[in-house]
Amino acid sequence: MLALQLAVDAGPPSTFSVLPALIAVPVLTAVLLALLPADREAEIKLTALVGTVITGALSFYVLWQFDAADGGLQFVSRATWIESLGLSWFLAVDGISLFLVVLTGLLFPIAILTTEPHHDPKPYYLWLTLLMAGSMGAFLALDLLLFFLFFEVVLVPMYFLIGGWGHGNKVYAAMKFFLYTMAASALMLVGIVSLVFLASGDTGGPTFDVTILAENHELSRLASFLVFGSFALAFAVKVPVFPVHTWLPDAHTEAPTAGSVILAGVMLKLGTYGLLRFGLYLFPDVTRDLAPLFLTLGVIGIVYGAAVATMQTDLKRLVAYSSVAHMGFIVLGIFALNSQGLQGGIIQMVNHGVSTGALFILVGWVYERRHTREIAALGGLQKAAPVMAAVFTLVMLSSIGLPGLNGFVGEFLVLLGAFSSARWWAVIATTGVILAALYLLWAYQRVFHGPADGENAEMADLRPTELLGIMPLLVLIVFMGVYPKPVLDRIEPAVDVLIAHIEERVDDFEEDEPAPTERPGVPGLVATAEAAHEGEEGEESADDAESGSEEEG
Amino acid sequence: MVEAVWLIPAFPLVGFTLLMVFGRRLGEPIAGWVATLAAAGSFVSTVVVFFGLVALDIEERFHIQTIFTWISSGSFTVDIGLLADPLSITMCLFITGVGTLIHLYSIGYMHGDPNFAKFFVYLNLFIASMLLLVLGDNLLLTFLGWEGVGACSYLLISFWFDQGDEGTANAGAGKKAFVTNRIGDFGFMLATFLIFVELGSINYDDILTRSSELGSQTATLIVVLFLLAATGKSAQLPLFVWLPDAMAGPTPVSALIHAATMVTSGVFLLTRLNPVLAEAESWSLGLIAWVGALTALFAATVAVGQTDIKKVLAYSTVSQLGYLFLAVGVGAYVAAIFHMVTHAFFKALLFLGSGSVIHGLHEEQDMRRMGGLRAFMPVTAFTFIIGWLAIAGVPPFSGFWSKDEILLYAWDSGGVSGPALWAIGLVTALLTAFYMTRQVILTFFGRSRYHDPTKEEIRDAMVDRLEGAKGEVEQALAARAAAEEAAEKATADIDKRQEALDKAQVALLEATEAVEGSSEEDDAKAHQKLVKALDKATKAVPKAETALAKAQDKAGSEAAAIGDAADAVIAAEGRVLSVENEVRAVPRFPRRVTATTEPIELGPLGDHLPERWHHRQDTTPHESPATMTVPLMILALAATVAGGLNLPFTKDLHFLEHWLEPSLFGHEAKLSAGAGTKWALAIIAIAVGAIAIFAAFRVYLRGRVDPNRIELDGMVNAWWVDASYADFMGGPGRRMFDLAAWFDRTIIDGAVRGVATVSAATGSVLRALQPGFVRSYALGVGVGSILVMAWFVGRVF
Repeated sequence: MLALQLAVDAGPPSTFSVLPALIAVPVLTAVLLALLPADREAEIKLTALVGTVITGALSFYVLWQFDAADGGLQFVSRATWIESLGLSWFLAVDGISLFLVVLTGLLFPIAILTTEPHHDPKPYYLWLTLLMAGSMGAFLALDLLLFFLFFEVVLVPMYFLIGGWGHGNKVYAAMKFFLYTMAASALMLVGIVSLVFLASGDTGGPTFDVTILAENHELSRLASFLVFGSFALAFAVKVPVFPVHTWLPDAHTEAPTAGSVILAGVMLKLGTYGLLRFGLYLFPDVTRDLAPLFLTLGVIGIVYGAAVATMQTDLKRLVAYSSVAHMGFIVLGIFALNSQGLQGGIIQMVNHGVSTGALFILVGWVYERRHTREIAALGGLQKAAPVMAAVFTLVMLSSIGLPGLNGFVGEFLVLLGAFSSARWWAVIATTGVILAALYLLWAYQRVFHGPADGENAEMADLRPTELLGIMPLLVLIVFMGVYPKPVLDRIEPAVDVLIAHIEERVDDFEEDEPAPTERPGVPGLVATAEAAHEGEEGEESADDAESGSEEEG
Repeated sequence: MVEAVWLIPAFPLVGFTLLMVFGRRLGEPIAGWVATLAAAGSFVSTVVVFFGLVALDIEERFHIQTIFTWISSGSFTVDIGLLADPLSITMCLFITGVGTLIHLYSIGYMHGDPNFAKFFVYLNLFIASMLLLVLGDNLLLTFLGWEGVGACSYLLISFWFDQGDEGTANAGAGKKAFVTNRIGDFGFMLATFLIFVELGSINYDDILTRSSELGSQTATLIVVLFLLAATGKSAQLPLFVWLPDAMAGPTPVSALIHAATMVTSGVFLLTRLNPVLAEAESWSLGLIAWVGALTALFAATVAVGQTDIKKVLAYSTVSQLGYLFLAVGVGAYVAAIFHMVTHAFFKALLFLGSGSVIHGLHEEQDMRRMGGLRAFMPVTAFTFIIGWLAIAGVPPFSGFWSKDEILLYAWDSGGVSGPALWAIGLVTALLTAFYMTRQVILTFFGRSRYHDPTKEEIRDAMVDRLEGAKGEVEQALAARAAAEEAAEKATADIDKRQEALDKAQVALLEATEAVEGSSEEDDAKAHQKLVKALDKATKAVPKAETALAKAQDKAGSEAAAIGDAADAVIAAEGRVLSVENEVRAVPRFPRRVTATTEPIELGPLGDHLPERWHHRQDTTPHESPATMTVPLMILALAATVAGGLNLPFTKDLHFLEHWLEPSLFGHEAKLSAGAGTKWALAIIAIAVGAIAIFAAFRVYLRGRVDPNRIELDGMVNAWWVDASYADFMGGPGRRMFDLAAWFDRTIIDGAVRGVATVSAATGSVLRALQPGFVRSYALGVGVGSILVMAWFVGRVF
């Protein structure tokens, strides 16, 4: 409340510093929680809920006040931090981060509302609120070091959430998660410092300001590759991209439900968001050159993640592997490097957060009731719990990518974009659409269909409060499937700006470089519909022709 | 009036929403009536739009109504927009018309189902999706409908998901339908991408007018990809396998979704894109025609071998859809739509009729258990017979006209393939008339086999009887054992008695000696005692002798009893043998029957039939309620007269052809055949149909030919196509997935764990593995960030 007041007082309405409040409110909530006696469980939960709801409301305020036509940064909050080092406190949103912020603001209250810690609520909610602050910070920060700080800070609460409130082999899973992601991002810090140091000549003194670096740095090709590589590794682990994904099934499966929801819904997006904001934006040339690698890894993620998901015997692990497949689509979209691919990737981030978040909540409810997630031990639940089954069906169909529900919009745009610029990758990726139906429907069949016996026949259906808790996600699933335009309209200008930036930066780069190699089946990078039907050649030659041009419609 | 087009999908959407929220509260039958009204409202709106279109000039019959922008990204934009033209409105007319009737029918059919309201929720959603599929003004909205109907199909096939093993099978059938269709959707999506990349738009408006920009190679690829999509949704080779399984859904669903409407989507799509087909190289059109022709023939042979009343109709549907593909492949779009409409009427009629039969027979679907039902359910029988005449190609019923049109165009397509396609179509027509006649005879004629004991009941009776006989043997064996025990006891008794006799005799001897050895004078008293003892001993001997004799008698009789018991055992064992022989002598339950098939002669086994058989003797098949028979009668009327839509005699009678003209952009094939050829082909078709019907009468009504010689194993088992798919998925397919899972667990994650182990062993990360490390790291980062925050708060505010 105090932070809100502070934020409101900070300036005239036009510069209302709502973004710092998005971080400060959950931090203050955490402080408040720390001060509450541990045995006041109801008050603790209420405090956490109110704090996250306020933060969520603030994020919706940002959405409401966001200028849809403006592709640049909005709500900028900037202050010098350590001038000599070029460090600054720099928060802003644009169309790329806007919906991730809103998603964060939405998922935390829902996760708190729909799940219970069962023991030690005080540290549990404390970690959750700190996690919210860190996630918000990571999506908002545009100073590299500040971003890195938030990017790293979120590991800690998640580590303790998995280790303290998880199931089964939780300590192993927590440790694996922590070490894996931390080891990968250790190099990133080196990369950040190197970048700032190497670019200080181009930028007139050291600066960690991403916008300045992106516009001005003139790193050598090798240096660009190395720095990009250090970033990309950190983000690839976070996404996760095949083959560095194996921390995810363990972490997801053993985490408490709220942890899984946040992990899948928010934290994985840090990886894809990072690839966009700090990979593509800073190093468009390297990104373009390495696109075939990432496209390939994305496609492998889609097909391989789905294939592995099919054979899982643990329902939660199955959902975890489905995330590998879905995140593969996002990677594919980003590295398609065109408007449809990028917009599809960004909206897919949001949709994956909504759908998979809902799936984890549902699996958590099944576990609460049946104390098992083994698919073989479940069966016929639809008979006893028709409402839960209906909700599960809707979420499942959204995850499968049924048109008219949210999952389809992103998936379709990603594939459409990829098809324009990287046809054969898109063709293989489209098979993932078949596999997604296979593993989810098969799981549904085994868990909800068939005859029910024993405890399965007596499982309690959803309580009204539970239904109410998940309802916002269900509404979003339908709304964003039927009318995604308001979302896409806000993403598009930022994507246009980003593409313009790529064109500007990569054109310079291209002058010294030969045209990309023309391997068969490796078409050029930014191909557009316009280019495609301007030249009415056959498909193959059109592709080749597009290789050189970097136009974007 | 064409502006009312938005009302067409709006009615069922509103119905769906209402029922989803209030359905359970409304309950039976109001929920059903609400859904039916929604469908009827949609039908009325379609009629209004139809007359609106008719009122317009021919070239203006292409009305686009944009409702809002759906997805827009860069140069890509699609709307939720509706396209009302003769093609889409024709589709809407029969979708909503037949749909309304099936809604009405379902009120009766689903009576008493615990999920009555939910059924209608899905049904309304299906109608809405199907209408969006045909009305969408762009490929993506069609795809939305395409997937929407697929999802509804999935939900409705697995509607009865919880009925034991059958429920599991139902759920599996739903999943199979969805996944198989997704293989087709792969083609749909790729074709859509290709069109967008080439034309920069996926609106039909652009595609239809600018298809020439595609170039013939690209157009060919697009056609092949859409053909893949169509083989999925319209159940053609090689993706037909889901449709027969889809019969697991309630019968109205089979009629509406899996016969009349959804499965025609593939044909609709290809027809809608006729300008693209016109661009494509001719081999791709030939491919469509051949896929259709071969599917038609294949499925027709399988239909001959089915015994499930719905499976016959399912394979029949696959076969008839093959005709539609054949028609599209030879450019006979009007004939395709014509047959699609007549098929929608007569196949919906046949399915609903079969549903009425199933309903009247208390969920019996096996035609071997039917027969003679026309006496019990006259309306169903009468309307079913009309459906049969229509599908069998008997003039003047509707099917004759539309099927003949397709055969004519196939013949007329020329070259070698034209007559070949025609011949395949003709053989299919022959088989169609044959298997449908077979179905009508087995269901409605001959002796009613409903009360005959079923295979399972006979097996139960056999088990009961055999167990009874075996029980007797056991009883006899027990009796023999008892007798043997008794004999043993008796023998032991003889010994005991003998001993007692010996003892008594010794005692007598001793007593005699004692008496002789003593004298009365010495001790009169003692002597007296001895004399008394002698007296006693003397008496004891004959007593013991009698007892011995008695015991010997007893032993004798027991020995005789053993003999008897042993005889009884032998007799019982003999009886088991004879029962076994008797059971063996019961004729095998016939896999294939005709109207003349007699009930199985059970003999004494008859008394052992289980309770449920006795229970069934008290029930008789009954006619269905009016909510079910009224739709049957309306559909029967439609199936009779629908041929009038496009009569071949004069140009003026080609109503459908004139009406569809604006949607076909002049791509309808032009007939070169003269009146003579037309008449000849028609007469051949009629003759072939007559022969088939006559043959089926001989086999199934008169029983002159053994059906085993006709219904080959391959036909019964659908030529093992589905089984091989299942074997592949269960075998190599599953192993591939297992391999992926194993690879992930062992190789990828194994490598990660390996690195961790190695690092730990070298000690470099050993400390890192202690939780303390995370704590101090956390503390560091945490304190650091709080300091930053504090500094910032101090600085900014």
